[in-house]
Amino acid sequence: MTLNMKTALIAGSVVLVAAASTLAYAAGGGGTGDYKMEHKHWHFKGAFGTYDTAAAQRGYQVYREVCASCHQLKHLSFRHLGDKGAPFYDKNYPNPNDNPYVKNFAADWSIEDIDGETGDILERPGVPADKFPAIYPNEAAARAGNGGGLPPDLSVIVAARNGGADYIYNLLVAYNAKKPADIELTPGLYYNPVMDGGKISMAPPLSDELVEYADGTPATVEQMAADVTEFLAWSSDPKLEQRKATGLMAMLYLSILAILLWFSYKRVWKDVEH
Amino acid sequence: MSGHPSTYEPKYAPTKWLDQRLPIVRMGADFMTYPSPRNLNYWYTFGGILTMLLASQIITGIILAMHYVPHVDMAFESVQRIRRDVPFGWLIQPMHAVGASMFFLAVYVHMFRGLYYGSYKAPREVLWIIGCLIYLIMMATGFLGYTLPWGQMSFWGATVITGFFGAVPVVGESLQQWLLGGYAVDNATLNRFFALHYLLPFVIAGLVGLHVWALHHVGQNNPIGITEKTKKDTLSFHPYYTVKDGFAMVIFMLIFAFFVFYQPDALGHADNYIEADALKTPPHIVPEWYFLPFYAILRAVPDKLAGILLMLGAIIVLFVLPWLDTSKVRSNRFRPVARKFFWIFVFFCFILGWCGAETPDDMVFTVGERMVDGEMKPMGLNFTWLSRIATFYYFAYFLAILPILGMVEKPLDRPDSITKAVLGDKAHGAAE
Repeated sequence: MTLNMKTALIAGSVVLVAAASTLAYAAGGGGTGDYKMEHKHWHFKGAFGTYDTAAAQRGYQVYREVCASCHQLKHLSFRHLGDKGAPFYDKNYPNPNDNPYVKNFAADWSIEDIDGETGDILERPGVPADKFPAIYPNEAAARAGNGGGLPPDLSVIVAARNGGADYIYNLLVAYNAKKPADIELTPGLYYNPVMDGGKISMAPPLSDELVEYADGTPATVEQMAADVTEFLAWSSDPKLEQRKATGLMAMLYLSILAILLWFSYKRVWKDVEH
Repeated sequence: MSGHPSTYEPKYAPTKWLDQRLPIVRMGADFMTYPSPRNLNYWYTFGGILTMLLASQIITGIILAMHYVPHVDMAFESVQRIRRDVPFGWLIQPMHAVGASMFFLAVYVHMFRGLYYGSYKAPREVLWIIGCLIYLIMMATGFLGYTLPWGQMSFWGATVITGFFGAVPVVGESLQQWLLGGYAVDNATLNRFFALHYLLPFVIAGLVGLHVWALHHVGQNNPIGITEKTKKDTLSFHPYYTVKDGFAMVIFMLIFAFFVFYQPDALGHADNYIEADALKTPPHIVPEWYFLPFYAILRAVPDKLAGILLMLGAIIVLFVLPWLDTSKVRSNRFRPVARKFFWIFVFFCFILGWCGAETPDDMVFTVGERMVDGEMKPMGLNFTWLSRIATFYYFAYFLAILPILGMVEKPLDRPDSITKAVLGDKAHGAAE
């Protein structure tokens, strides 16, 4: 029976790891109608995956020019954009507050503040230490501006949806899918097979050539969707690259330690019948 | 602390002085030389693994508590801040969250080990009961901790679980309000959950002390369940079991590290990345995986109160197990029939976990269709009935199979001593 239990232990560990690896895929949303979710090969997947910096940079542009008219990034500050592992990290500026890109992006937003002299409320250009500002003054205003729907915060949106990056990407590109006859749309609702129930309050946000990329990449709907998803994936898990790099060292260290301990064990128990 | 004669000899003047006043070094030395059965296998390393995990949870937890804000408006954001801005917060936070899952994984292996080798039988009843108590408080701690990030699952999980108390006859509603500190899960609830979540791990640590004390008082059980008789049957805890436990701990840490670094969210739920919203119920409220079997038992009966009693019963039955199992033989190694029922029990525990994760009305498998009220309905087994079958076996195992089997089963011949068993095993080529 000892051997049996040992096999069970090993088998159990293998099953556990395998299950975890497939879980992310298994959890991928199904969608309605005939729409088939496209599983993209994301640059940040896998044990050594990192964010595609160019895509994430373009993704920020899409966020700024398109998404930001309704969606906030409330858990992010501008300085995060220049952190290590972030889309605009520059090794010449280890302090992201000095990073010229970050400073420019921050200054591009208008931040509500209080005049220190008079106490009047004023608007000033953002600085890297500022958080991304709210788009609407309150929830009621957000709903009123969007036909009753509340545009969700996008800071952790990729982590907050089953299917993760694939879900967000497909949601953005699936507006063209053919609507099944049994789904009735009231004004202000659009058909999107990726949403539960197939209905969404967000009008199709992307159209070809909606933004003009500085690097000359053709701005197709698919390209913009993939880019902004890359950016939002970073926003959801900004320390992914550090984590994987540390993880590799940790796994290596533990493996070597395990080997050493195995031989210590063999040595200590050498003359012991057990 | 332990029953074995102390071999510690203080060598230096300060240690001699201390030994006469507080023999704490002696206690440590006796602990390290504690005579352990020589035939303990890897299933016996989980006690050490659990101690390591408790220490890890307490250390990471204290650091998190320094940065976490237990307020409904700030809790979710403070967790985000920990993950984004606090130095090494990106490591500490998933270590704590994944650590909870690892803790339950290890405790389940540890408990199944105890079940298989009859570690709950005389004279280890109190040792076992303290263990059950630790498990119970672990469940409370895990539940309270899951509320703290204040995501959708945190909030709705807390709402559902505290709702159970509302089903208690007569005093239910007042009891529920007393627990929540109000009419619904809100700031008062979050605050007290945080306070209790910080307290309970130290209660667990105290109970672990009692658990180890009881263990060393009665001596460790072992895979053949024969009490050690001579010195030859035992080995000093150090270096033999420190090195073996150490190896097992590192292997376990590899699995732990895999999740922390590469799949930190695999054991959680995506909805918990959405901030709690009292006005929006998630489509499926599912507890953490380690509660799923009990969740399935809860939902196996249509009546809420009956479900709660059944779920409580599933845990209480563990406390009285030492008096339910009538067999004098400890280890299932010598109980060929009980062994089969044990593995069926393990199987049904997994089935219960599966049922807990699925929607009760969904079908496990279908065999054709049938007309019900003018509609075609699939025929077959749904998850409600599967969980009923599994729940029935869960209770039958403890309340009928183990009591009866002890009286009718004919156990195999047992070796006279651990030493004999070790040499006998060698002769058959089954090492370890």
